[in-house]
Amino acid sequence: MRGGAGLSVSNPLTESTAHELVEKFRSGAATPSAATRAYLDRITALDPTVRAYITVTRERALAAASAADERWRTGRPKGPIDGVPTAVKDVLCTKGVRTTCGSKILERFVPPYDATVIERLEAAGAVILGKTNMDEFAMGSSTEHSAFFATRNPWDLSRVPGGSSGGSAAAVGADLAAAAIGSDTGGSIRQPGAFTGTVGLKPTYGRVSRYGLVAFASSLDQVGPLTKDVADAALVLRVIAGHDPLDSTSADVPVPDYAAELSRPIAGLRIGVPKEYFVEGMDPEVERAVREAIEVLQRLGATAEPLSLPTTDFALAAYYLIAPAEASSNLARYDGVKYGSRVASAKDLIDMYSKTRAQGFGAEVKRRIMLGTYALSAGYHEAYYAKAQKVRTLVRRDFEAAFSRVDVIVAPTTPNVPFKLGEKEDPLAMYLNDIFTIPVNLAGLPGLSVRCGFSLASLPIGLQFIGRPFDEATLLRAASAYEQATPWRDRRPSLG
Amino acid sequence: MRSAAKDYETVIGLEVHAQLLTRSKMFCGCPTTFGAAPNSQTCPICQGMPGTLPVINRRAIEFGVRTALAFHCTINPGCRFARKHYYYPDMPKNFQISQYEEPLAEHGWLEVTVDGQERRVGIQRLHLEEDVGKLIHDGPLETARSSLVDFNRSGVPLMETVSEPDIRSPEEAAAYLRAFRAILLYLGVCDGNMEERSLRCDANISLRERGETGFGTKVEIKNMNSFRNVQRALEFEVGRQTEALARGERLVQETRLWDADRGYTRSMRSKEFAHDYRYFPEPDLVPLTMDRARVEEIRAGLPELPADRRQRFMRAYTLPAYDALLLTQSRALADYYEAAVREFARPKIVSNWIMSELLREIPADDEKALAASPVPPKNLAGLLRLIDRGTISGKIAKDVFEKMFRSGEDADTIVTREGLIQVADTGALAAIIEQILAANPKAVLDWKRGKKAAAGALVGHVMKATQGKANPGVVNSLLQEKLSQL
Repeated sequence: MRGGAGLSVSNPLTESTAHELVEKFRSGAATPSAATRAYLDRITALDPTVRAYITVTRERALAAASAADERWRTGRPKGPIDGVPTAVKDVLCTKGVRTTCGSKILERFVPPYDATVIERLEAAGAVILGKTNMDEFAMGSSTEHSAFFATRNPWDLSRVPGGSSGGSAAAVGADLAAAAIGSDTGGSIRQPGAFTGTVGLKPTYGRVSRYGLVAFASSLDQVGPLTKDVADAALVLRVIAGHDPLDSTSADVPVPDYAAELSRPIAGLRIGVPKEYFVEGMDPEVERAVREAIEVLQRLGATAEPLSLPTTDFALAAYYLIAPAEASSNLARYDGVKYGSRVASAKDLIDMYSKTRAQGFGAEVKRRIMLGTYALSAGYHEAYYAKAQKVRTLVRRDFEAAFSRVDVIVAPTTPNVPFKLGEKEDPLAMYLNDIFTIPVNLAGLPGLSVRCGFSLASLPIGLQFIGRPFDEATLLRAASAYEQATPWRDRRPSLG
Repeated sequence: MRSAAKDYETVIGLEVHAQLLTRSKMFCGCPTTFGAAPNSQTCPICQGMPGTLPVINRRAIEFGVRTALAFHCTINPGCRFARKHYYYPDMPKNFQISQYEEPLAEHGWLEVTVDGQERRVGIQRLHLEEDVGKLIHDGPLETARSSLVDFNRSGVPLMETVSEPDIRSPEEAAAYLRAFRAILLYLGVCDGNMEERSLRCDANISLRERGETGFGTKVEIKNMNSFRNVQRALEFEVGRQTEALARGERLVQETRLWDADRGYTRSMRSKEFAHDYRYFPEPDLVPLTMDRARVEEIRAGLPELPADRRQRFMRAYTLPAYDALLLTQSRALADYYEAAVREFARPKIVSNWIMSELLREIPADDEKALAASPVPPKNLAGLLRLIDRGTISGKIAKDVFEKMFRSGEDADTIVTREGLIQVADTGALAAIIEQILAANPKAVLDWKRGKKAAAGALVGHVMKATQGKANPGVVNSLLQEKLSQL
């Protein structure tokens, strides 16, 4: 199955990037309401096919857009994305709007508060279109593990959009939102970014507040943008980044004007190319596209040098102990007592716990809860959890050593192009999708994926930039220079 | 031949949980006041809502440091919170944020006095954690059809202090708790109310043959809601374990619940069912680094603690050790004493009156009641001044004290209104004595015949005639004078 539903709902407004839209609002060529309506119409027409959204907040979006119209009309926009129709992954709490995390257990959960990122988006004027689909509790790389439905890749509807932020990525990729917010624990922004040909940015751990982000693995989770181009990523990051007193792990580090950094040339930029990120078994089309991208960067004046990150091989194993361990703890609260679903037929407390959790969680979530519980259990704690933490330290040191010689590391985002729905039934095969993104989370570094070409089957390929802590500016600058120098941005999926 | 009964030594260690008197909770801004409507003092954080994160209450850390310093602990240069996991509906996240491998402080001690003997009981560690909520069952737990959860207490700062297994008797355990509580009250970090559960104690107890250095099988006892119950439960346990060992039984490592009504402990869970708490460092909080300068500032700002104050009372007021110990057992009582002494500078007399009269009305450790006493220190001093000046007798003063306590009025007001001023006017008394002598010829005759005790009866008559207001000293000398003139 290729192509769209037949309805032609292409519109210059939905094809615009966020920064282009803002220019139109500024010049009066368009209004936030018109843009919002265009997106809502397109969602109505195409989302039954793409299935990016779990909840569309139509009325709220229209009300917010109309308020934005007024601000632009009077020349007093709230912020740099005032009136930009934005999709939010259903893992961020939205006051009064249900937040499911793609799970049955939270199917009817309506948070009484907004996540800090939501507050910041709305304070900057963003119009929230709705909440996007995801792998349950952000555990997965295909969005097939949503308890509700699978999201399709706009480039090929028989393929997955990646995950876990697959809904947000597909929404942006299919022009069902001008920009979107995702979360990334082991690659959940960058991998779907690569699979949908969108820009996916996972900021440095601590750059964006996690308050109101439903936790998967607290020491790895970060919130970040999925956008149509690099300039939009810069715009959105500026809005959501910064210290939050409600998140003790958020860093009090100044947030630069990322958009202003984009125009600086990259001549002299030192690029490192880690040999461990070009592995046997990876798709040769991906490798070729990434190698060519490195040549483009060199032509733009960057220098490239090979380097080694020797602990890369152990990162996946360490991640699959640390992340499930934290998840087993974070997900303990879903017990049927306070919010979310509860089975009615329990005969006592323990029975209520086990039935609620047995029915409320999907197989992948249960698998990880069991993995994590085991890794933390008395007698195994040292061999698994503690050992994994040691590996994590080594991974971080690898990167520190590399960044003493280079300014940015360039690598593929994923070893393969998007796979078909149902293709990766073996969990291990699914986990291997994240081998190039996971080390970045373990080290807490910023990573960005940008489109760097297409396979013969017209599937997008992602190029990953990895930077020093809190140096998102360099990632954005390098990625933007690359994006400007190549024609890849011009292609769009043919959906209608 | 072996001797029939072995001699066992009791080994006790105590874990005390104290709610800290911070205005807000450990990890969110909700208030900590006791007794509010269910769930009215909660927010998404202390309800464990998805997506919420904890933020450390700095004041709770300061209170922890204050207490640790008062217990002579080493403040660790860094400490870290950890998650302790188990499932229970009163705990919204199904893990408790506590401290595990890296507690706030370790290796301290507490001075305990039993039968006038002072001993040091070691303190293993002191750490901070959050309290859980409260379940309200529809009837007894076993038969309840439903249960409600009140999260008002969820997230209230708790300080856990674990003693070394240095305590050797139930009595010493109670003394440890009294000393412990006094220090918390002196520091102002906890209100020490065991009934409202702002102070809780669990005990570990085992027996070993005297002379042994290893430990016997330990039993944990929970659910003791007063110092007396701690002592009773431990006494019961010493008996139970001694008998079991005498019968040659092996004790099992278990947790037992104290039933105060029935006066015994019963098994709650054995070691096989002990929780595996799966501790790991709390990833939502960064490790805390203790600022040495701030710790020293806190140390410098510590108030005078019970042991020091006791020494000073003995020195400065030349009080006997017994008085000093009693008067310093709570900060409010010691403050009361010193305030009274400032107004009436006869320290031993003030001490006597506090011990015999005030403490008859208010328990020595009831800080709130002492601070709000209807007889404030100034009024006690006023009463003592009236005795000192001879305005009223000591005997009448005791009645006046009681009236002051009931009404809150000062001594002068009561004495004046009720006409209790002592009659020391020799003219008036002489007339009364004349009448008494005339009315009691037999007693006068007895006295003349050498029965000097007859004078006592005559004094009694005079006192009665004056409704106790006569100054007994004046009556005595006037009477002697009159009698010898007869």
